[in-house]
Amino acid sequence: MQEAPDAEHALALYRTMARIRAFEDAAEQASLGGVAAFGATLSQAKVRGPLHLSTGQEAVAAGVCAHLRKSDLLTSTHRGHGHTIAKGAALDRMMCELFGRASGYNQGKGGSMHIADFSVGMLGANGVVADGIPIAVGAAHALGMRGGDDAVVCFFGDGAINRGPFLEGLNWAAVRSLRILFVCEDNRWAATTETGSTTAGAGALARAEAIGVPGCKADGNDVLDVWRAAGALLAEVRAGAPRMLHAVTYRVKGHVSVDVAGYRDAAKHNKELERDPLVLAAAEIEALGVAREKLEAIGREAQAEVAAAVAAAHAAPLPDPRAAYEEVQDTGAGRWRE
Amino acid sequence: MSYARAACAALEDAMRADERVVVLGEDVGRGGVFGQYRGLAPAFGAERVIDTPISESTILGAAVGMALAGLKPVVEMRVVDFALCAIDELVNQAAKARYMFGGQGRAAMVARLPNGLWSGSAAQHSQSLEAWFAHIPGLVVVAPATPQDNFSLLNASLACGDPVVYLEHKELWGMEDEVDVARAVPLGKAETIRAGKDVTVVTWSRTRHAALAAADLAARQGISLEVIDLRTLWPWDRDAVLASAGRTGRVLIAHEAVQVAGFGAEIAAVLAEHTDARVKRLGAPRIPVGYATTLEDESRIAPQAIAAAGIELAQRPRR
Repeated sequence: MQEAPDAEHALALYRTMARIRAFEDAAEQASLGGVAAFGATLSQAKVRGPLHLSTGQEAVAAGVCAHLRKSDLLTSTHRGHGHTIAKGAALDRMMCELFGRASGYNQGKGGSMHIADFSVGMLGANGVVADGIPIAVGAAHALGMRGGDDAVVCFFGDGAINRGPFLEGLNWAAVRSLRILFVCEDNRWAATTETGSTTAGAGALARAEAIGVPGCKADGNDVLDVWRAAGALLAEVRAGAPRMLHAVTYRVKGHVSVDVAGYRDAAKHNKELERDPLVLAAAEIEALGVAREKLEAIGREAQAEVAAAVAAAHAAPLPDPRAAYEEVQDTGAGRWRE
Repeated sequence: MSYARAACAALEDAMRADERVVVLGEDVGRGGVFGQYRGLAPAFGAERVIDTPISESTILGAAVGMALAGLKPVVEMRVVDFALCAIDELVNQAAKARYMFGGQGRAAMVARLPNGLWSGSAAQHSQSLEAWFAHIPGLVVVAPATPQDNFSLLNASLACGDPVVYLEHKELWGMEDEVDVARAVPLGKAETIRAGKDVTVVTWSRTRHAALAAADLAARQGISLEVIDLRTLWPWDRDAVLASAGRTGRVLIAHEAVQVAGFGAEIAAVLAEHTDARVKRLGAPRIPVGYATTLEDESRIAPQAIAAAGIELAQRPRR
């Protein structure tokens, strides 16, 4: 196992995290008033509907995806911006999608919850908890038939381990020795419910091991720890066996952007905020001999890139209403209402 | 050739022609419980004829992943009733993937969900749920009633780039008839299997055979039934039905599914919107299918009932 990345790779990890953070912050701003939920009312917003932010969880996406090739595949969750960015999607086309623009990755048909960039192997966020797991299993089967050692990474949350597809998918992957890394990105909150209060037994990793998918735990706020663990596990995955990474992190924001999460204990919450993964990463990377100025420059570049993405999204046109009838199906498509 | 063998033959051809075609589901390695996969595992191996655990969500969900990654999966769900364990994957994932992702990927697959009343199998193995699927944008819904159609429509479904819900009938597996493997049947095309002048009977799946028998019964009483087998429920052949309704002025829709909110309601509504035809529906009562023969029979759509409904409709004056 490699203990630490070299300076260049460490900077790349930091850059991914900074880009995710900047993207999430800008998306959050653009989403206020975008959905009537959690006491918030609907008003004008560019980013509409529920927006699930991965703020504070950047280290998991960055640390895992740093090991991936373009030809590896990935499935994600409703909280999927970070994974999408880390797999290589472009911020402007992502922001366009969040703004519902025709130039978005999904032509404005998916939005945040279905963000995808197939051109970099990102097979989609998902609006249904745990539903990415079977899809990832099928994709891994397809890769297996193709030969080679490309792998699938399947991100899911702590809430997903209480749904059936977790059992079904891991069992299947183990029986078939599929090249798939399951990553439980455990932010410890399932909407407004603390996941621990509704989850029996010893948790995600113990369940996976019981099914025959071994793995390890990582500090999901420590990008180097995630990077080390994911690297070691992915080497085993590429050799032909499924593995499980349980990355424990913390959901900094509410369930959706308009959720102020008043149901959480303020003192505990503030304690968690002290472990900002970007701050931790900066300290660790400086310790590897990288100058702080370099990190600060990366932060500024990320901000500028996101600002440009937001400007592009503002300027881009909405889809033509006729597009509502396209990409539905070939057989039986059309305006079946008149 | 039997109805089961006809499907198997179509699948065999497709697997030979295109190595991306794979089969996945419970028991497919041993030919499937109805023999509709017999011979495929020895011919194509366990990697392409994939035995799965009893994990319906993951069978269908994995098929979505396979399709997005470039394979063409054929999904075995045993019976439509069990496919309800995978309804989320079918409705929320397979049907919507292409649209949601803005055309970046599509979940082209054939999901085989044997449909209909299965004698002696009671409430959880006897449902006809075609209307559920016809309601979902993104899905194609096919319901073959003969060996020929099972061969030709499975062929067409395998060639189709959309997710297809393929509803073979649970009790037609053993039906024998001639199959012309050169004959193509396009999706969305009905077949007029009996010409008539008094009443149009629109039907599909096994009820096609009951309707044909009903046409014989009605003919003995001087009533001429025209029988149309829709064969594909989405898209359904509106032109054929409207044209026939224009000739007869009377349409009876007969299906095995529960009549309330069945697919017949959609056809009846379209007829009401576009024609002056007199319309009648004949579906099952809104009860679960019972086990005892006397109870089960209450859910059956018998030829006598179709004939009686047709004759009754024929008595009403044309509008």
